[in-house]
Amino acid sequence: MNTPSDLRYSAEHEWVRLEGDIATVGITDFAQSELGDIVFVELPSEGDPVAEMGVFGAVEAVKTVSDLYSPMGGTVTEVNDDLEDNPEAVNQDPYGDGWMIRLKVDDAGAYTSLMTAADYRSFVGA
Amino acid sequence: MTVLRKTALYDRHLALGARLVPFSGWEMPVQYEGILAEHHAVRKAAGLFDVSHMGRVEISGPDAVAFANHITVNDVERLKPYRSQYTLACRDDGGVIDDFLVYRMPDRLLVVPNAGNREKDLDWFRRHAVAYDVEIRDLSQESMLIALQGPQSEQILDPLAEAELDSLRFQGFVVTRVGGIDARVFRTGYTGEDGFEIWYPAEHAAALWDRLLESGASRGLKPCGLGARDTLRLEAGLALYGHEIDDSINPIEAGLGWTVKLKKPDFIGRDALLGAKREGVERKLVGLKLLERGIPRQGYEILHGRVPVGRVVSGAISPTLGLGIGTGFVPVELAEPGTGLAIGIRGRHIAAEVVKLPFYAGSRK
Repeated sequence: MNTPSDLRYSAEHEWVRLEGDIATVGITDFAQSELGDIVFVELPSEGDPVAEMGVFGAVEAVKTVSDLYSPMGGTVTEVNDDLEDNPEAVNQDPYGDGWMIRLKVDDAGAYTSLMTAADYRSFVGA
Repeated sequence: MTVLRKTALYDRHLALGARLVPFSGWEMPVQYEGILAEHHAVRKAAGLFDVSHMGRVEISGPDAVAFANHITVNDVERLKPYRSQYTLACRDDGGVIDDFLVYRMPDRLLVVPNAGNREKDLDWFRRHAVAYDVEIRDLSQESMLIALQGPQSEQILDPLAEAELDSLRFQGFVVTRVGGIDARVFRTGYTGEDGFEIWYPAEHAAALWDRLLESGASRGLKPCGLGARDTLRLEAGLALYGHEIDDSINPIEAGLGWTVKLKKPDFIGRDALLGAKREGVERKLVGLKLLERGIPRQGYEILHGRVPVGRVVSGAISPTLGLGIGTGFVPVELAEPGTGLAIGIRGRHIAAEVVKLPFYAGSRK
């Protein structure tokens, strides 16, 4: 299981990378592996508001559908449209090409209250 | 606490990196490499499934056929030796107790119930056997059932089987030796593809499993789990108990009226099913194809205009067609292929169309 140490993590298995006041969000390697083949990702539109730990979309694997929760609150500035045709990027590269949304965050300070890579690894028991 | 049962192939599943899940009291592989890769392997080449969780019940004795004809809707009299028949056991009110294949041996019958219904079926059979000279035996523990499915199946199994497989027709079976061990080979399956189910002694099953995977690898054979089994059967329009059929659904509603042989003078559920056929039913099972992106799931609402008219009973992405497909019950007037409906998915109405089942016709002969 891959958990890059430069990211922060949520208990709902999302990761966040904060650059200035822009947060990039995706799901973790652990989550994609648990879900199996991802076949469809439903994402919000640019400009949509997202609450902290609010649902911003859904990820559909062959057998299951899971809501996506945003670890930080803010406004969507960019969505990864490539996932429309290549949802498998979430399986193949969850921290890279499999990113989902970018947010202009309301409170950048909330970042440090999220789990570190070490916290997340112990959270999932790895 | 429920202790999950393990098949004789459990160690093989672990060694192959399978993800194991509880299923009808068994710990079974849901996937190895991934559902999509396994699904495509079965459609294009072949897949190997451990289906030993399925029941195996033998009915013998002088009244075996008469008894089977009493408890099932299809006509066992018309079943020739070494052939099988898809049939249902129904309640008095026509609700489906289980669906299964009945195999006819020269002197006995063999029934293969769903794993989750095995004990219920056995109780039902025994309760209704009082007036018949039959013996009902549960052989589920003594043997393993391995399914080899896909267009390459015959080429993969042929070198190991003593019998000539090319003369074995679909729904037929043969008592033969496979890998030098006594086996029964059924030409059947649950994927829409050509294929076989091999009834094999439990103590030799792991050796056969390894040998098939080894000899089939060059033809694209992959081990496959219950996940792919479900998407394959849904594409092939095959009913799954607890979804398209259960004890509150009758076979006419489920599109299985063809199995019900009302010419038989007596069988459990006949009066109710005669009524349902004569008077018609209010709801019917339909295939649903999504016209927009989205995946129907069990329990989602089916809408006509903005009015809820039914619920999805099975849903998935179709790996072969690349779109969302499902089945569900709708009022008969909305059951015609081409009817425009919608599925409620996370608060949105996604356009869908009624289509004829199956969604995909495979290599099944």
